[in-house]
Amino acid sequence: MQFLFDNFFALTISGLALGAVYALIALGYTMVYGVLQFINFAHSEVFMYGTFAVVWVLYFMGASGTTGPAVYGKFAIALLVAMAVSASVALLLERVAYRPLIRRGAPRLIALISAIGASFMLAEAMGLRDRLVGFVGLDDELAPYVARARDTRGLPLEIPRVGLFTIGDYRVTNIDVIVILSALLMMVLLDQFVRRSRLGRGIRAVAQDPESAALMGVNSTRVVQLTFLLGGIMAGAAATLYMVRIGATRFDAGFLMGVKAFTAAVMGGIGNLRGALLGGFVLGVAENWGSAVIGTEWKDVVAFALLVLILLFRPTGLLGESLGKARA
Amino acid sequence: MLLEVEDLSVNYGHIEAIRGLTFGVEEGSIATLIGANGAGKSTTLKTISGLRKIRTGRVLFDGKDIAKVPAHERVQLGISQSPEGRGVFPGMTVRENLDMGAYARKDRSSAALKPDFDRVLELFPRLSERINQVAGTMSGGEQQMLAMGRALMARPRLVLLDEPSMGLAPKLIQQIFEIIKEINAQGTTVLLVEQNAAQALRLADTAHLLETGEIVRSGTGHELATDSSVREAYLGG
Repeated sequence: MQFLFDNFFALTISGLALGAVYALIALGYTMVYGVLQFINFAHSEVFMYGTFAVVWVLYFMGASGTTGPAVYGKFAIALLVAMAVSASVALLLERVAYRPLIRRGAPRLIALISAIGASFMLAEAMGLRDRLVGFVGLDDELAPYVARARDTRGLPLEIPRVGLFTIGDYRVTNIDVIVILSALLMMVLLDQFVRRSRLGRGIRAVAQDPESAALMGVNSTRVVQLTFLLGGIMAGAAATLYMVRIGATRFDAGFLMGVKAFTAAVMGGIGNLRGALLGGFVLGVAENWGSAVIGTEWKDVVAFALLVLILLFRPTGLLGESLGKARA
Repeated sequence: MLLEVEDLSVNYGHIEAIRGLTFGVEEGSIATLIGANGAGKSTTLKTISGLRKIRTGRVLFDGKDIAKVPAHERVQLGISQSPEGRGVFPGMTVRENLDMGAYARKDRSSAALKPDFDRVLELFPRLSERINQVAGTMSGGEQQMLAMGRALMARPRLVLLDEPSMGLAPKLIQQIFEIIKEINAQGTTVLLVEQNAAQALRLADTAHLLETGEIVRSGTGHELATDSSVREAYLGG
């Protein structure tokens, strides 16, 4: 307990930064749930592919040795590529793993099984180092980039950590600020898009009443695609921020992040964009506080115990459903 | 004929919901389908708007077969529906719901929508009082008005009204039927589905009585209203 008090601000702020990443991933779960009432379990891999996109882009740009403002420029490019890669994976998933099922009127359970299958397939495909590289006969050329996909891939370039200002006794770094502010900015943009734009209104219409939405002229296939696209973009941003903070990834890095982000989405109220934000921050901070009190190895126990507790008292999550049935 | 339904059959799962339906709706008229619950009235409307698949038969709008046109493209052809059980977007405000009505229109600038907003709010003054209220918190009658107003925002040539009087107080029912008359007088063709046969027949130019998925009587509204078997079964003698 004393450790928590001594490091209160450090734990809280790094919890917020972690929570910001959870929240960005959570948006993908919550939006797809809002529109299709099903959990896209493969969304974790949409995130994981984004983290690898960051690694590859920085390698291919020849990032090592870069200094000064150019570091930020390269990360900005990595961000755009990660968004594009994650969005493409998300769209591919929708096209291959879900749309054919939905079109045939398959029950949600079938789509869920398809999602779990797609998740393993994507993760293992990323982890298939020797076989894949050997198969295409590019051992030498590709080895530096993909051969160690099963191991942790570290970044060739890191944003140098600089202390900016002090809260309590904690020196807030540029990394903390970048992660928290970019996540907030992305979320505000998404929230405004869904609330104000015509397409955003189409998303809400399908979430609230799919038949009425069709009668208004909303093409639900396009809306579903758009939802996957937006979720993928957010996951790509999350992947970049994750790499900025953690600096390494693995083919199975999506799993735990995905489960945590899903937890954040449920905690905040699945289907609710602002709920995902709140859920992410609450989860990130609670995890840090909890591990300070009872030990780091209990981090995940704390996170999931908190989920169970919140759902016992508020079954619809902290903010309730919103994109769907309840009020906006 | 603006709308022609020819020998239409539709299944609902394995059950035949309607069978061999043939009727037409003249441009500028009010037509009504009456009948008991489960007679297939709503299914007919949903098939015209594309929410249900045709098993056999044809639906012609303005002379063109629209069987292959998906539901979300039919509103652009000029068919707009106020769905059964109102189907407003519960989490959107009245204004947003009305905006949704114009979702598929090519001219969506607020200047282009202004006359339609004004028209709808004039027909339903209640809605202008509640313009920023979230639809899910409104009374059944208000939601009904909103669903009808929303259907008009598309500037349809044909508006399909599914049970607009369902669950409303008698005074409000009277008002809703007055408004339907007014909508028609302003130039929109109306196809009305109603369990409230007395009111619907008073309004309708042509009427069809459905029983278990088939048309058993057709005629003018007046003819059906004075038909002894219709009177007995649907108008309380």
